[in-house]
Amino acid sequence: MSTLNLTLKVWRQAGPNDPGRFEVYEAKGINEDMSFLEMLDVVNERLIAENKEPIAFDHDCREGICGSCGMVINGVPHGPKKLTTTCQLHMRNFKDGDTIVVEPWRATAFPVIKDLVVDRSAFDKIIQAGGYITAPTGAARDANSILIPKQIADQAFDAAACIGCGACVAACPNGAAQLFTAAKISHLNLLPQGQPERWSRTVAMVDTMEEYFGSCTNYAECEAVCPKGISIEFIAKMNRDYLKAKFKDRRAVVKVDTTEAAG
Amino acid sequence: MLDAKIPAGHISEKWSNAKFETKLVAPQNRRKFEIIVVGTGLAGASAAATLGEMGYNVKVFCFQDSPRRAHSIAAQGGINAAKNYKNDGDSVFRLFYDTIKGGDYRAREANVYRLAEISVQIIDQCVAQGVPFAREYGGLLDNRSFGGAQVARTFYARGQTGQQLLLGAYQALSRQIEAGTVKMYPRTEMLDLVVENGRAVGIITRDLVTGEIQRHAGHAVVLATGGYGNVFYLSTNAKGSNVTAAWRAHKKGAYFANPCFTQIHPTCIPVSGDYQSKLTLMSESLRNDGRIWVPKNPNDTRPPNQIPEEERDYYLERMYPSFANLVPRDVASRAAKRMVDAGYGVGPLKNGVYLDFKTAIERLGRSVIEQRYGNLFDMYENIAGENPYEVPMRIYPAVHYTMGGLWVDYNLMSNLPGLFVLGEANFSDHGANRLGASALMQGLADGYFILPTTIAGDLAPQLNTPVPSTDSPAFREAEEAVREQINRFLTIKGSRSVDSFHRELGKLMWDYCGMARNADGLKHARQRIAELREEFWKDVKVLGEGESLNQSLEKAGRVADFFELAELMCQDALHREESCGGHFREEYQTPDGEAQRDDEHFAYVAAWEYCGPGKDAKLHKEDLVFEYVHPTQRSYK
Repeated sequence: MSTLNLTLKVWRQAGPNDPGRFEVYEAKGINEDMSFLEMLDVVNERLIAENKEPIAFDHDCREGICGSCGMVINGVPHGPKKLTTTCQLHMRNFKDGDTIVVEPWRATAFPVIKDLVVDRSAFDKIIQAGGYITAPTGAARDANSILIPKQIADQAFDAAACIGCGACVAACPNGAAQLFTAAKISHLNLLPQGQPERWSRTVAMVDTMEEYFGSCTNYAECEAVCPKGISIEFIAKMNRDYLKAKFKDRRAVVKVDTTEAAG
Repeated sequence: MLDAKIPAGHISEKWSNAKFETKLVAPQNRRKFEIIVVGTGLAGASAAATLGEMGYNVKVFCFQDSPRRAHSIAAQGGINAAKNYKNDGDSVFRLFYDTIKGGDYRAREANVYRLAEISVQIIDQCVAQGVPFAREYGGLLDNRSFGGAQVARTFYARGQTGQQLLLGAYQALSRQIEAGTVKMYPRTEMLDLVVENGRAVGIITRDLVTGEIQRHAGHAVVLATGGYGNVFYLSTNAKGSNVTAAWRAHKKGAYFANPCFTQIHPTCIPVSGDYQSKLTLMSESLRNDGRIWVPKNPNDTRPPNQIPEEERDYYLERMYPSFANLVPRDVASRAAKRMVDAGYGVGPLKNGVYLDFKTAIERLGRSVIEQRYGNLFDMYENIAGENPYEVPMRIYPAVHYTMGGLWVDYNLMSNLPGLFVLGEANFSDHGANRLGASALMQGLADGYFILPTTIAGDLAPQLNTPVPSTDSPAFREAEEAVREQINRFLTIKGSRSVDSFHRELGKLMWDYCGMARNADGLKHARQRIAELREEFWKDVKVLGEGESLNQSLEKAGRVADFFELAELMCQDALHREESCGGHFREEYQTPDGEAQRDDEHFAYVAAWEYCGPGKDAKLHKEDLVFEYVHPTQRSYK
């Protein structure tokens, strides 16, 4: 087991109105089995010992599923390892002597709260606009009375795997949230249960997205950094549904597309 | 003696009877009520969404930046339901029976039966919301088996069942937020419960971004704030999971039940160093296809793949032939501990056992295994740096879940009128050991189906009573106490970080109140915890200020509560002179090392009343009566 001596350049910002700056910290004797956040824990303990305020960062489950953590590491959201959240990035992916630059998500829609902590509540707004199937508690029929072909269920799951971390927005030169929005729209629009609200959902979510986020110009940077490997094909799906919803009689289309989705 | 308010009638009719007998609040009157829900995991989000749908005014609080991040999201394996879709002899009664037995006869029969009954509705509800459960090629739902059961009743969504169920509840909640029935307060932590004339009337919160202290009043307060496994510092819980809401309610009069009942999950990735910040679970579902073993020779240094079959000890298969690798969690954990303690541990620190997929890969092919557990295998490789398709996983038990929690009656109301407790935060359904895939079931049963029905019984008599005033002395005093504590943390200016205290506390708890306990150890731990708590209050160092985001300050408050809870856990573990489920007292074991219950003296719920700082808590008992499942020595052999 080897240890690493690293130099960190970390973005420090006392609050939303502070201009912020990089601070340099030496991180010596870092065990390669540590996660990136455990490395920051060690740095923070050392800062506290020197009476300096620890670096604030969001984190919770540390299992790559809650979507809380996320920082730009050497210019890449969640760092150098593909399909990996920051909490699951381990120090064995770095070399002794490396300088690591650590920044918060950079996006107009995600203002910095403090240091590496940003406000991602715009994501919640998109879901509130229509990212659900209306199914009040108690009204459901037997689960197996809705047949869903395995391929459809699997594809819906692939989309539903999004953890809402915001790396897609942080990676996008335009700060667009197409991948996040498309993932939820596709999850629900693929399923038979999602058909009745398919068109209204798509329009409401896309319109809300556009209130907060930039426009998609197909850079595909989002897909490259997504820790859950959400495909940009879902964006194409969303765009198709959005167009259909805008130009067709919605009720008529529902009928046709129910069979399409189920088949 | 505590009154659990169990409804009359045969066990299969109790819930129907309760629903009929509970008072109702008519739809047009529901908007006259304010309900506070704390926590947005499965229980909290589903309760808030459902109450909102019904027309109540709901305020919901979570400390995370979004309700979608609550720790329910990390549950991997699945959710049980007595659907009997596999035609393998399952039924509501069998799920009830398995849960009572799995809990080692320390759960309340009526609650568990209701849970099993509701389990089938949960799956229907979640499918209607669009939860993408695993399917078979014909389009029907798929099931798998879990520990402690001989039927396949677990519904799953790859290894991310908790995530998908939570997102379903979060989406239902989001719909109500948009509809205006629910007001959401993210990044807001509950720091006290306000009690007036013996009734819960509201909470005091801190906005974690601005530091603002706020008062919120309601006709009822619902806590769905999860478990307290992080008292051990290292656990599979999220870093933010804490006991503060429940503990502060306890200090305001709510009884804390069976605090020593802690679940140690058998399949977690072993500790790799002293920097370790949390432990990662590898889903119990892996035990469907993985075989657990250690080398027969404790000094065997060969890589696992070079150890021939005859030199391996598949100890679970040897000791428990009928359940084998699928024995319940407490049994599997203790067996692993015994192996490692006896020197058979594997890995660089000799602190694990192997979980091997070689046989399954040979039998089913790599692609099937990949489909079943792909994300778990990837996660393992990320953390341990080894590829589990080629090298067996190394696993060891870790703190995972807490069966104890605030005492509630059949209606999920605590002994404080107006205070309801749901999900892991209450104590009710899992006895001394929870079966796998039952936590998700309980959280959603409580939130979607039970609370929305039972809360009406408490609200109906309050019809047309205004929301309690937040200008009352009770609110003022509670707010002052919260402010005082925050100021105290910021002015101690000691020499040790909050985490350093937390780690030390956790180590004490793991060593003396963990997988095995004894009277001497528990007495020693209580004394050490009290000393460490005093040191904490003299020497903790919290930098920064209270008027902005300050994560050290947040942690300080939580660790302060963990200290007090830890003492109560030791008191409870010491008083319970028997072994049952996850509570293993070394003095009380059968000749072959299994838990030795004492039904004559301990078939009761121990509900503790807070009696002041540093003082022994006062014991209240709820006797457990088993009318339908006769307690026997649990056997999985």
